[in-house]
Formats: sequence, structure tokens, C-alpha cells
Amino acid sequence: MAADRAYLPGARLGTGLASVETEVARLLTRFAQAGAERVEPPALLPADTLLDLYGEDIRARAYVTDDPVEGERMLRPDFTVPVVEMHASHGATPARYTYAGPVWRQQVPGAGRPTEYLQVGFELFDTAAAADADAEVFALLADAVGDEATVETGDIGLLLAAIDALSLDERRRAMLRHHVWRPARFRRLIERFRAPGRLADRLAALPDTAVAEHVRSLSPEIGVRSVDEITDRLHALREEAEAAPLPDADVALLDALLTLDGPMGEVLGRLRPLAESRPPLAAAVERLGKRVEALGRRGIDAAALPFATNFGRTAMEYYDGFVFAFTAPGRPDLPPLAQGGRYDALTAELGPAIPAVGGIVRPEALLAARS
Amino acid sequence: MKLGLPSKGRLQADAIDWFAQWGLTITRSDGGREYAGTVAGLDGVELVLLSAGEVPRELAAGRIHLGVTGTDLIHEKLPDRAATVAEIAPMGFGHADLIVAVPKLWADVETMDDLDEVASLLRARHGHRLRVATKYHNLVRGFFREHGIADYLLVDSQGATEGTVKNETAEAVADITSSGATLEANHLKILGDGLILKSQATLFASRRAEWTAEDRAALQTLCARIGTPAPL
Repeated sequence: MAADRAYLPGARLGTGLASVETEVARLLTRFAQAGAERVEPPALLPADTLLDLYGEDIRARAYVTDDPVEGERMLRPDFTVPVVEMHASHGATPARYTYAGPVWRQQVPGAGRPTEYLQVGFELFDTAAAADADAEVFALLADAVGDEATVETGDIGLLLAAIDALSLDERRRAMLRHHVWRPARFRRLIERFRAPGRLADRLAALPDTAVAEHVRSLSPEIGVRSVDEITDRLHALREEAEAAPLPDADVALLDALLTLDGPMGEVLGRLRPLAESRPPLAAAVERLGKRVEALGRRGIDAAALPFATNFGRTAMEYYDGFVFAFTAPGRPDLPPLAQGGRYDALTAELGPAIPAVGGIVRPEALLAARS
Repeated sequence: MKLGLPSKGRLQADAIDWFAQWGLTITRSDGGREYAGTVAGLDGVELVLLSAGEVPRELAAGRIHLGVTGTDLIHEKLPDRAATVAEIAPMGFGHADLIVAVPKLWADVETMDDLDEVASLLRARHGHRLRVATKYHNLVRGFFREHGIADYLLVDSQGATEGTVKNETAEAVADITSSGATLEANHLKILGDGLILKSQATLFASRRAEWTAEDRAALQTLCARIGTPAPL
């Protein structure tokens, strides 16, 4: 029906609309009280930026439209990217921003999820203590959704740090980092690095020398990828095939790390022995410890917060540190009422690297959960 | 009951033969020049001739009750196909595979995982994403997502897709192949795990069409002859 909106039948007019407007205003006021400046990013974004960030997949998730002069545009699937760009060109760090408006997402047919829904968000750009910034945003979003919500937390930074701690060369580490947000592909890479011999079988047909000649013998040279590039990668694969396998202890570390699930304080206790003699991971565990303290200073019993190392690995792809979501208990039909996290790497992709953490509330889902 | 059939070519001839074995005699009017014809041997069937590519759309819109087209087109054009069409029977012809192919020159690429790594390298070296030429945007996007590949660009190609690599408008192609001869002639090879879909001509029923009691009876009779339960 024309008057229906996400999770709220008929709420595009009358009292339904009034309650949505009131809720959006309440959230904006709450975020402004926390020091945020109101911003209003455009709804039509240049497609290139989003395609560069998310790849071709974004076309199946965002709505693409075309302007004969401006070129391909996308209906904003998310506020974070335009807010980061706004900050990069106009803002001075530290900065806090708030915004409200619709986002548009294509959904799987039959999934029953809305293609247009409201977000009210808060983003914090700050080079000072990350733990304090994490705690500030989490506490603010927790307060905005209220006590009823169920909370989930995680930290993508732990897995990224564990990758840095593995006995691998930089090439293979980069491959793992690239697939942190795709668990099945990540697992296939681990299996491949465990048994480099399989790669050797595949390369057995290659001559020991004159690899480039061999490549040229296969077919005429067509396409932009040169024989040199192909030869370079064949050499890299051969090196990988001859490299030491990923040690069992490293695989065990990843397995142990990725199955941690429990109260944050307890997980922290179990992480400490895992991080022993692995400095990059130890630093990430230290950051988690500092976050627990910073949350405590804001009156949150962080040690008791549910925490899972695997949380946020599929649905929240640009987050690379602390991640969290608040859901409505007993309402599997609703998406998270609020979610957010740290996305330092995203800012570096779009402009100058600025440590950043933020989150959004879905006011329509929040109202539906209360009703 | 409206039956949608490809308007010409081998696919139409094979479909007419297929229906003949179930007692439906399809005759084109005016020796085949007029896009019209008759169906004998089953009461109440009206022939609609249209391009094979339009059959999925017409089924989804409910403007035809039955339609013959390739499963590739149904999967590509009807993302919500379970709700819009029902498969009655594969017809045993029009076999073709939708596959991912790369230059034979790429001695280092045998699998989709290889392609993924090459996509990252290519972007670093050439400043653009790996371009995949295809007309099957939805199927290819879904397949690449399943394989954890995001760093690529789909380039629309409605024909002569295998030539795009040589023309340097794409690095890889995703297209239909039956014998592989066109790929071979264009110096391309299929990836070991690059099979997206095995397609063949298939008879579909529309879930969106208006089915009168007579239409349903005709469908029952047809399905009974084929020896398959009526899907509606």
C-alpha cells in the first residue's frame, strides 16, 4: 500500500507518520546533545565510489540509475560513505555528525525485507583514544534503543591481528585479509596454505625455466594482461608451493579464536593465553581490554556483554574493529534496531586515514518493536 | 490456454517435434512467414509465437499460460521464479552451458579462486577492475558472489561476447556454450569450476496467468500424456 513504510503499515500519513517524525526528532536531538553536527548527505551518489569500495556486488544491493551527463548514480544504500567524504573535504578532526533519512537497498525476492527504510546515525572521527571513542558510540546507541534490546558485540580487529601473527609471507597474509569478510573463502585459503604441495602438483607441467615461452606457446597474446604478469604470478604460485605450510599451531590459533563466544570479560580471559608470544594479537587483545574499561567508565558492565569473535564477519563488511548490534528480543522479523562499529580502513580508502566509529538506528524497526 | 513458442529457428522446430510426440500438432500459417499458427490434438490451445528471450517475461506477466524457453533465460530474467513459474518438463534439446572463460594464455588461472586473485592483481597493475563480458548479469553476479569475488566489473555484451577479450573490452567472459568451438576459436578456456548453469529447452507454466477450468483441464491432459504431475 502506498501509505505503508518499513515495518509500519500506514505510517506515511496521520498519526503513524507523526510518531515516526517524533522518533526521528528524538534520536537527532539525542545525538546532537552528544555533540554531533547535523549533516544531510545527498541521496544520489556517484556509482564509481561505491563500485570501487564494494565491487560489482553492490549493483545487486543498491539501486542504480543513470544520468546522461553525470553518469551512473546510485541511490544511497548507506550514509557512512557520503559522511566520510564530507568530513574528508570539509571537516576538522575530531568531529561528530548526525543525520537522518531514507536508504534504499534491493532485497532478495520473497525475503520480505523493505527496500526503503530510515536510518538515523551518529559518526565520530577522532584520532584520540580509540577505546573511548568506541565506548562513546556504543553507549550512545545503547541509550537510544533502550534497555529492552538484546546486544551482540564482536571485534574484527582480533582476526585481522591474528592474521598478522601467522607465520606467512606478506602475499599470503594480504590474501587472507582480503577475505576476512567472506568466511567460506577465508577457510579455503587456510586449507590451501596448509597443504602447499597440492599447488606443486598443479604446477608440475610447467618447465623449470622459460616459463614465459611456455605461456606464449599456449595461444596468441590477447587481452590487456601481459605474458609478464602471467609469468610473475606463476612464479609467485611456485614460491607458494615451495613455502613451508601454515603451521598447525597457526591453524589451531585461528580455530580457537574464531569459536570464542561468551561474555566479553570471559572471552578476554581466554584470549590472553592465545595471544602469548604473538605481539600483533596481544596488541589487539590489549585494545579489547581498554575498551572494556572505557565502557565501564560510561557505566556499562562490559565484562558481561555478549561477545563473539565471528560476529560481524558477513553482514558488516567495512567494519575492521569493534562491532555491535542491538536486536529486538522475540522479533526475528525485524532487522537490528541499531548497529555500528569501527571503520578505520574505510576512511583510508576514501581519503585521508582518520580513525572512525559510528552507528545507525532504524527508527521504523524501533517503533515496530515497541508496539 | 496460450502456449508461447519461439518464433523461429532450430528451437522452434525441435519444440514442434517434441509436442508432436505428445499428440499436439503445431502448424505454422502461411508456410511459416506469418507469425501465427494452429495447434491440433488438444482442445483450447492457442499458439503465441515470440522471441525465446521474451518468453520468461510473458510467463511472469501471465500473458501466456505455457512457454518454451531455456532454463538459462528463466533463471536470469526471473529472480523470483519460484513464485512466477513452474517447470513442467525439460525437453531434451537446446542444451547449453553458461560458463566462465578466460584467455588460454592465462596459464596461471584454472579456477574461480585464481580469477579472484588475478582480479586484485589486475586492478593494482592496470587501475581498473577485471571486466567480465556477459548478457547474464544476474546469474553471473550471483555466481561470483558465491565464490567470494567482488572486485570485478560486469560489461554488458549482447552478442559476439567471445570477441571482447581480443578487443580489450573485457578480460573474461560468461556466456552460453554448447560445443566450445567458439571459445576455442577465440583463444578462450573454461575455468575448472566455472560452470554457472546447465541449460536446456524447458516447458514452463505461468503461476501468474489466469487459469480457467478449461485451461486447467487442458494442462491436466497435456501433463498426463507427458507423464508428469500437473504443477498447478
